[in-house]
Amino acid sequence: MPPDYWQTLRLTLALAACTTALLLVLGLPLAYALAYGRSRFKPLVEAVVSLPLVLPPTVIGFYLLVAFSDSSALGRFLINKLGVSLNFTFFGILVGSLVYSLPFMVQPLQAGFGQVPRSLREAAYTLGKSRLTTLWRVLLPTMRPALLNGLVLTFAHTLGEFGVVLMIGGSLPGTTRVASIAIYDEVQSLHYAQANAYALTLLGVAFVILVALYWFTKRDAARPA
Amino acid sequence: MLDFHLLQALHTAAGPRTLDVRLTLAPGELLALSGPSGAGKTTLLRLLAGLDRPAGGFIRAAGQTWYDAVHRQWLPPQQRQLGFVFQDYALFPTMTVRENLAFAAAGQPRATRLIADLLASLELTELADRRPAVLSGGQQQRVALARALARRPRLLLLDEPLSALDLPTRQRLQQVLAEVHRQFELTTILISHDPAEIARLADRVLELELGQVRRLGPPVAAAAPLLGRVVAVLPGGRLRVQLADAAMVEIAAPATRQVTLGEELRFELVG
Repeated sequence: MPPDYWQTLRLTLALAACTTALLLVLGLPLAYALAYGRSRFKPLVEAVVSLPLVLPPTVIGFYLLVAFSDSSALGRFLINKLGVSLNFTFFGILVGSLVYSLPFMVQPLQAGFGQVPRSLREAAYTLGKSRLTTLWRVLLPTMRPALLNGLVLTFAHTLGEFGVVLMIGGSLPGTTRVASIAIYDEVQSLHYAQANAYALTLLGVAFVILVALYWFTKRDAARPA
Repeated sequence: MLDFHLLQALHTAAGPRTLDVRLTLAPGELLALSGPSGAGKTTLLRLLAGLDRPAGGFIRAAGQTWYDAVHRQWLPPQQRQLGFVFQDYALFPTMTVRENLAFAAAGQPRATRLIADLLASLELTELADRRPAVLSGGQQQRVALARALARRPRLLLLDEPLSALDLPTRQRLQQVLAEVHRQFELTTILISHDPAEIARLADRVLELELGQVRRLGPPVAAAAPLLGRVVAVLPGGRLRVQLADAAMVEIAAPATRQVTLGEELRFELVG
């Protein structure tokens, strides 16, 4: 067992959990707006949301690194006005994860919203229900499989994140060194057994999460809606 | 009770047209809305409910202005005291029958009592704890009606509520609809293509064609009953009947009694 095993694992899970929770809060309104909005800028926003799917993580990481540093206006504002330095901190890699995993939350939710028949929303409105009540009581329960999908994919995807974290966070044990980076470090130092401990853990966790997702989805589909 | 003039662009098979309907409904009136598909029937209902915004005109209901193009007034659907029954019923799939009604009745005085009454009068008490997906079309229709009534509306809008149902169910629900309309003192607008249904339920009928009023007046009386002899009892509750001129027709068996072969039967052709 590597010496930092539990510390690294705790950090990895904390990053995935925080990313998933925050992305749920940020992703729901965004997915709602993309699913039901009629703005002509919608394709633009959709493209931005999907960019992390096609860009190398190092590209995202590089631009975030530059943006957070004092060579950019945003970075200078963060550092000088707010006293927040994001590079090589947990909050830095959290912001990076939010960007990196955004499509994994927004796309399933957007599809889920799109699949709920329009008449269900309208029926709630004619019954005097506000948009928020309709979202909470009608839409979200009806699109539960999509919700679960978004949560699980975001969590699992953040667990496997490497390039973005490496660029913004480096490899500081207990602060930014998540499991995927620990594997890389151990291999660099020729500690194959220790790399294997991390790799096997990630493999196991990812597998269990996906099995649970498909099992729940199957059970959900089997029972009358 | 309801006074409106509505204008809206329509995209019909014959090209762009304008929906233009001016109408006043007396309290307690039941108006049937009929006409070919694309005539603007559903559009009119959606405009009244506030689900779409009209291009011009006004809507006044029970002394309240719901919409006025000139004074830029607009009441969202949530604030219009109406019940809407959708063609696909739009029952909330994750809620039981009772929960569907409770969701609609939330905030009403004596909601528990109201729900129990609605379940009883629409014969849904036994189905109260089931989800919509396991109900038949006729049962879902009754739930949709009960749910619309749980908000205690004064105005009830029904978008082809019975068109997807078989004839015996349809006739039973027509009766339910007539009773509900009277019991809850509603003003009702019902989209229907069935002349017998319209004749049975409606005080007046508004026929639309390409967005324009083609006819507004009393429903045309149903055709005189026909007389024939039952020559075969078919599966699915259908009968083959030979008319006096030897022509054969297939009709639905009467829901109320058993029919024997060779029997003389008086019936109406509907549908």
